[in-house]
Amino acid sequence: MRKRALAISIITTLALTSCSLGSGSDDGAAGGGSDRVVLVTHDSFNLPKELKTEFEKDSGFRLVVRQSGDAGALTNKLVLTKDDPTGDVAFGVDNTFASRALKAGVFADNTPTGVPAGAEAFDLPGDGGARLTPVDDGNVCVNVDTTWFAAHHMTPPATLDDLTRPAYKDLFVTPGATTSSPGLAFLLATIAKYGDGWTDYWTRLLANGAKVVDGWEDAYTVDFTQGGGNGSRPIVLSYDSSPAFTVADGTSTTKALLDTCFTQVEYAGVLAGAKNEKGARALVDFLLSKDVQAALPDAMYVFPVAQDAPLPADWSKFAVQPTKPWTVSPEDIDAHRDEWLRTWSDLVSR
Amino acid sequence: MTTARPVGRPLALLALGALPLAVMAVFFVLPVSGMVSRGFSDGAGPVLDVLGRPRVHRVLWFTVWSAAAATAVSVALGLPAAFALHLLSWPGRRVVRAALLVPFVLPTVVVGVAFRQLLGESGPLGFLGLDGTAAGIVAGLAFFNVAVVIRTVGAAWESLDPRAGEAAAALGAAPLTVFRTVTLPALRPAIVSSATVVFLFCATGFGVVLTMGGLRYSSVETEIYLLTTNLLDLQAAAALSILQLVVVTVLLALAARVRVATAVRRTVSRPRRPRRGDAPVLAATGLLLAMVAAPIATLVVGSLRHEGHWTTANYRALGTPGTALLVPVTDALVTSLRTAVDATWMSLLLGGLVSVVVTRRSHGRAERRLRATFDGLFMLPLGVSAVTLGFGFLITLGSFRDDPLLVPIAQALVALPLVVRTLAPVLGGVDDRLRQAAASLGAGPLRQFLTVDLPVVWKPLLAAAGFAFAVSLGEFGATSFLARDEHPTLPVVIFRLIGHPGAMNYGMALAASVVLAAATTVVMLLVERLRVPSIGSF
Amino acid sequence: MLSLSHVSVSYDGHEAVRDVTLDLADGHVLAVLGPSGSGKSTLLRAIAGLEPARGTITWDGRSLAGVPTHKRGFALMFQDGQLFEHLSVGRNVGYSLRLRRAPGRAARVAELLDLVGLAGYADRMPATLSGGERQRVALARALAVEPRLLLLDEPLSALDAGLRERLAGDLRRILQAAGTTALLVTHDQEEAFAVADRLAVMRDGRLVQEGDAAQVWAAPVDADTALFLGYAHVLEGAAARRLLDGTTLDQRDEPRVAVRRSALVLDDAGPIRATVAWARATPDVVRLVVVADGIGELDAVAPLDRHPGPGEPVRLRLDATRLAVMPGQ
Repeated sequence: MRKRALAISIITTLALTSCSLGSGSDDGAAGGGSDRVVLVTHDSFNLPKELKTEFEKDSGFRLVVRQSGDAGALTNKLVLTKDDPTGDVAFGVDNTFASRALKAGVFADNTPTGVPAGAEAFDLPGDGGARLTPVDDGNVCVNVDTTWFAAHHMTPPATLDDLTRPAYKDLFVTPGATTSSPGLAFLLATIAKYGDGWTDYWTRLLANGAKVVDGWEDAYTVDFTQGGGNGSRPIVLSYDSSPAFTVADGTSTTKALLDTCFTQVEYAGVLAGAKNEKGARALVDFLLSKDVQAALPDAMYVFPVAQDAPLPADWSKFAVQPTKPWTVSPEDIDAHRDEWLRTWSDLVSR
Repeated sequence: MTTARPVGRPLALLALGALPLAVMAVFFVLPVSGMVSRGFSDGAGPVLDVLGRPRVHRVLWFTVWSAAAATAVSVALGLPAAFALHLLSWPGRRVVRAALLVPFVLPTVVVGVAFRQLLGESGPLGFLGLDGTAAGIVAGLAFFNVAVVIRTVGAAWESLDPRAGEAAAALGAAPLTVFRTVTLPALRPAIVSSATVVFLFCATGFGVVLTMGGLRYSSVETEIYLLTTNLLDLQAAAALSILQLVVVTVLLALAARVRVATAVRRTVSRPRRPRRGDAPVLAATGLLLAMVAAPIATLVVGSLRHEGHWTTANYRALGTPGTALLVPVTDALVTSLRTAVDATWMSLLLGGLVSVVVTRRSHGRAERRLRATFDGLFMLPLGVSAVTLGFGFLITLGSFRDDPLLVPIAQALVALPLVVRTLAPVLGGVDDRLRQAAASLGAGPLRQFLTVDLPVVWKPLLAAAGFAFAVSLGEFGATSFLARDEHPTLPVVIFRLIGHPGAMNYGMALAASVVLAAATTVVMLLVERLRVPSIGSF
Repeated sequence: MLSLSHVSVSYDGHEAVRDVTLDLADGHVLAVLGPSGSGKSTLLRAIAGLEPARGTITWDGRSLAGVPTHKRGFALMFQDGQLFEHLSVGRNVGYSLRLRRAPGRAARVAELLDLVGLAGYADRMPATLSGGERQRVALARALAVEPRLLLLDEPLSALDAGLRERLAGDLRRILQAAGTTALLVTHDQEEAFAVADRLAVMRDGRLVQEGDAAQVWAAPVDADTALFLGYAHVLEGAAARRLLDGTTLDQRDEPRVAVRRSALVLDDAGPIRATVAWARATPDVVRLVVVADGIGELDAVAPLDRHPGPGEPVRLRLDATRLAVMPGQ
């Protein structure tokens, strides 16, 4: 009898959730159709519902968002499917991967209307905004736990060189360049600063007890002293916006080191061969609109490219952007990424 | 001369096998070969060159030895636990058995973070110095896979005839000698077969190597990930994929060999009360339990804290969209449950058909071999990287590549080996003559199945359903590589929460993980209540 | 009527059944007798439609090619019953009736259980039955189909000797009472003799002899068949002529004689001289092994009141009903 009851309960559970098949989504399948515009993006994309509705009302197109993987996976998928694109617009290809996508001919020419002031500064060198439109930016910077250093009566480090000093032995943690996009950005920052000497720098950094972990979430939430867990390392690789999220009693417990930053810019572009080109262009324009730009910090933890977009209170107070971040040209990145990553990987895995 | 062939039989079997074969061809063979053949676009030369790279050798060597070591540890820890959990009776052992499976089906992101909080430099077990070491990777792999050993060996142990051991004892053998000379040889097929599977899981393990190894170590699987998603070096990825497939095929063939000797007996000896002599075994089991419980306890504790206070705020926040999410976590849970329902019926349908086809009596050696190949084919998803599959979907499935059904289909493929290995031994244990008797009494094929197979198989079927459901709930690898619309599953949401700064995001991620772990445990407990022999045993 | 014409069955290139031609008229019980590996079970499975066969198998002149097992109307019964364990005895027996939605099922089930001597067992579960009872249930279940042909695969082999003998008698009675045409496969010649009225002997996949049971028994076609049918020795040439000396039995140039263990009886007036090699009393007779002059070693019997010891010279008489003369080769 009990077995029967068990069976019935299982069947009931299945029945309760069994409006399944397609998870009740509005016809995600089926090929083109010009009544909708398909945005292909990475897992971190996040657009508030009101804005989505706003776009659909204004443009008359239904917005379908397809997201998976990170910026690297996104770019490679776009490259692999360039003859038969999976959508109309791509968002999330950043300056470290953009050259690969452009070279493969993934994007179509597009000159957006209503480009906000300040956005041109983020145009991809070599493209000049012809195909890729900058939407947001963020800096990957070394962050320090100021309370920890105060409690230990120590001066926090300020530069990349400082990280290799014995005083900061075993205090730094960073996600890996091969497995996380901030990790790659940090590697590029060191390459920008040290040129060919970057391998020596990394050798010294690792010898000084720098810890390399899988992803940002690992470094920040597990090893960092301010990351929610109870980590033991007060220096972590994170973003320039991170101090805005460690505010307690009106002051942030962390600080970004502005001399260690590398800028990541995320681009949107109309895909070559888009089924709904008109919708695609409208969507790129929309991403530059006031409302979207203003929503970016809260929704995606990045800075808007629009100079005049308002920032959340904590951001304007604690998220300081570097004035002179390190840069590596997209062509250089594209030409050497393989070699750099392999060398780096060999250094780290020894 | 006319031919009096018992009609339909080969045709009917072909028809039964056609659906799983078609699904396998479209959703596995096509995408994987699509990805691999891209690597061969410049001919086979460059691909072969990859195999000569020193880095590839290093990666391969590490994969093999870490998986072998983890397998040894799993067996060493799993044997005493299998005894304590299957042959001794003590209160709560079923709950423990169910709980031990939780890490096996939880997404690695979640457990990985919990695991590192425990073993990391600053964690309570940081003094062990396992973080970022090969030993840490081995421990992590063993932690995830020991349940496989416990279940497979435990089930075999339960069904051993205790009289052989008693006879040896009567001949003057001490308990340890009895174990060494009688029990161990009898358990060998189960041990070898579970060890093969654990090796397979370890060698294709992805998250653990990255999380525990801190990038100091690369396995074939992590290398494929790097090569595909970052470097777009498809030649090297193809070379490693093929290498991995070959190794997996060889292992599966070995496992199948051993499996021949282990038909399922449905007699289960009654567990006895623990005696004083069982103390070491119970202690070892306790240790294992602590190993599994500690990371999960870390999760629970973390989920109940916010800004230094005990609170349920993290759980209450699950019903709101929060800042990093489009949808509340509760919506993601509903999506997960719905996806899991789809994945479950798909894997049951396919796994059921495969099991029926592979267990029917074969006419002749050629047919037998064909069936064995058929059986092996459906185990292959175990040995292919989720990245390869995900990218393969994209480039080979045409307009279907964006279909929301791809997620449950991919999850069903992941769960399929477990389903087949749960159902096939039971169906194989049914005397074919029973079906023939039913046929001679006028029962058609469907009626034969209802009369003969269903009464035996319904419990394993429910158990397999539970397994598939739990696997689907926790699946992250394949899911994360598929294009999805705005309905993320719970593991995807957890991954996103934990990937963004902010104490609330972190707390919600832990709370959502606890919800996921609880859902999984409930499903596993239901499975446990069915008391199916050798569920999920390979 | 069942007719097999040139039926062959192969496994992996090995011919398990070779070119068998056979008829079985309605109402008869045919025992296919053969040692294990002779292909007899394969033949039965081919008739049931469980094995692909070459040649033609017909029922009342209609070919069975293309007719699946469940539509042939042939019931099958195995040596271990193969009962449906989750169904009660009554539901097992009524299985085919339910499939056909036959009316008056309960009465028919009771009637069948009564026929096999298990009245009142309808509510028992198979797990609670003894081996003999299980076979009776299996038989009742098979008869419930009112099969055109009942196929029995070693139906009594799994039972112990005493039970087997009793059940064999019952089986014959039940089959006769039901008027069922049946084909029984067995390796046990006594079982075959007890149940069947026709006999077919198979060896190495071939049908070597077929006919009325008593007739096959009395006249095996060759030495191997004779030995298989329970004859203890086959004599040839001079030994055979010497044995038949002074009888009215057929004496050809090269006779071969199959002798049962009880064909020679101790008789002080008998024509055959022999020396006792070995003797042992059984409840019915004293069994002897003797060395007969000019013939060699043979079995013989003596009444219980005579118990000659080894080395003792004796005289023996031949019981002509207990031997078979076969054509020479």
